[in-house]
Amino acid sequence: MLKKTPLNNQHSNAKLVNFGGWEMPLHYGSQIEEHHKVREDAGIFDVSHMTIIDLTGEKVTEFLRYLLANDVGRLNTIGKAIYSCMLNENGGVIDDLIVYYQSNEQFRMVVNSSTKNKDIAWIKLHAKRFAVQLKERDDLAMIAIQGPKVMEKVKNLLPANALALKPFHAVWDEWFIARTGYTGENGFEVMLPANQAPSLWENLLSNDIHPIGLGARDTLRLEAGMNLYGTDMDEDCSPFEAGLSWTVAMNPQDRDFIGRKALQTQKDLANHRIMIALVLQDKGILRDHQPIYTNNGEGYITSGSFSPTLGKSIAFARVPMGKYEQVTVRIRNKTLSAKVIKPPFVRNGKIKVDVR
Amino acid sequence: MSETPENLKYTESHEWIAEGDDGSVTIGITDHAQQELGDLVYIELPEVGKELKQEEICGVVESVKAASDIFSPLAGEITAINTELEDAPELVNRSPYQDGWLFKLKTSDSLDGLLSHNEYATKIQE
Repeated sequence: MLKKTPLNNQHSNAKLVNFGGWEMPLHYGSQIEEHHKVREDAGIFDVSHMTIIDLTGEKVTEFLRYLLANDVGRLNTIGKAIYSCMLNENGGVIDDLIVYYQSNEQFRMVVNSSTKNKDIAWIKLHAKRFAVQLKERDDLAMIAIQGPKVMEKVKNLLPANALALKPFHAVWDEWFIARTGYTGENGFEVMLPANQAPSLWENLLSNDIHPIGLGARDTLRLEAGMNLYGTDMDEDCSPFEAGLSWTVAMNPQDRDFIGRKALQTQKDLANHRIMIALVLQDKGILRDHQPIYTNNGEGYITSGSFSPTLGKSIAFARVPMGKYEQVTVRIRNKTLSAKVIKPPFVRNGKIKVDVR
Repeated sequence: MSETPENLKYTESHEWIAEGDDGSVTIGITDHAQQELGDLVYIELPEVGKELKQEEICGVVESVKAASDIFSPLAGEITAINTELEDAPELVNRSPYQDGWLFKLKTSDSLDGLLSHNEYATKIQE
């Protein structure tokens, strides 16, 4: 039996797929049209399969400063969020997550659904020493609302304090509303009691916002230069090797966090792999696991797809350390040329790379 | 629901085959196949003049997230390919049995070994 989100009845017209044990919408007709709707208009996603965990305790700040590679010590206003990796002792990524500050005694964390069990086991293992309590909030549903026209289309559905939020901040109320997302567009992620989710969904649809499936969610996040756990990074790869150095707070130097020693060694040796972003110049589609050839050796594509906004194929790839402008990729029996660019490919509806 | 026209032959791998008057056949992928794949974004076809064996991989249709091989349902020589698809792969989604045809083949093989409309329609309901 597949697990169903509180919004399952809202997806009766979608093509449904088994997504890590959840019955989720892949698309509601056309994945590409849905992609363009989010870039040009507004869309909603059912992301209730994501795991929400509340952490409480007197030492919760101290605990999270030890558990996470980014530093929650930087957070001091209610609802402020950071993106972070949670590492093992070898510096490998157990998961990537967003953590929101409520007070020095309470935080909220959103982690991936595919990694939920190992995440919770890992967090609990270390929480003991700090007497931090975990509570999984499976009583909440989660809806992402994304796109340039979101602000005007949700005016009468979200409270004024939510509309006024700065990026990466949240309103912490019965409806937890965060100005975050996974598309590179403006918008919100709303966590609310499961029984209230269907009516919010229907109201959003009535305001001419389009339902978007997981298919478009993947091409949107790839264009936005955002990693996907399990394909772009895993426990055999450090944040430095996944384009996530910016999420690791090595300062202050006296903050001891899990994985720090291993990361320091990687930094000192400076020969770890790196992540690059590619635009295919020839015709064809870049796909996960295709081999990449550089002057410094071989690598592979971690996420590859067709970019509806660029009309070309794009990818992330992990390759030996080096500076690259051009690499080659093997697609079936052909060797094709791909240009190395600085991500994101697209942000706020605009193409950010020279694709010629 | 997907369409399966009665006047066509089919394969297990979701190609359709239309018999022409001149001993050539036209080949495409079925409505069911295009629905399963989703929006197509790239199609690679064999070259005109190429000799194919039966069930030889002769091309690929790629949707946003998946690539799927095209198998030649019969042995023969490629006499034409649908060059429109190079810039408009979505024709296969919009019109899998008309504008979205893939290639034509000159063949001396019999079509009797292929699936009938009924056999294919039953297969995709399973």
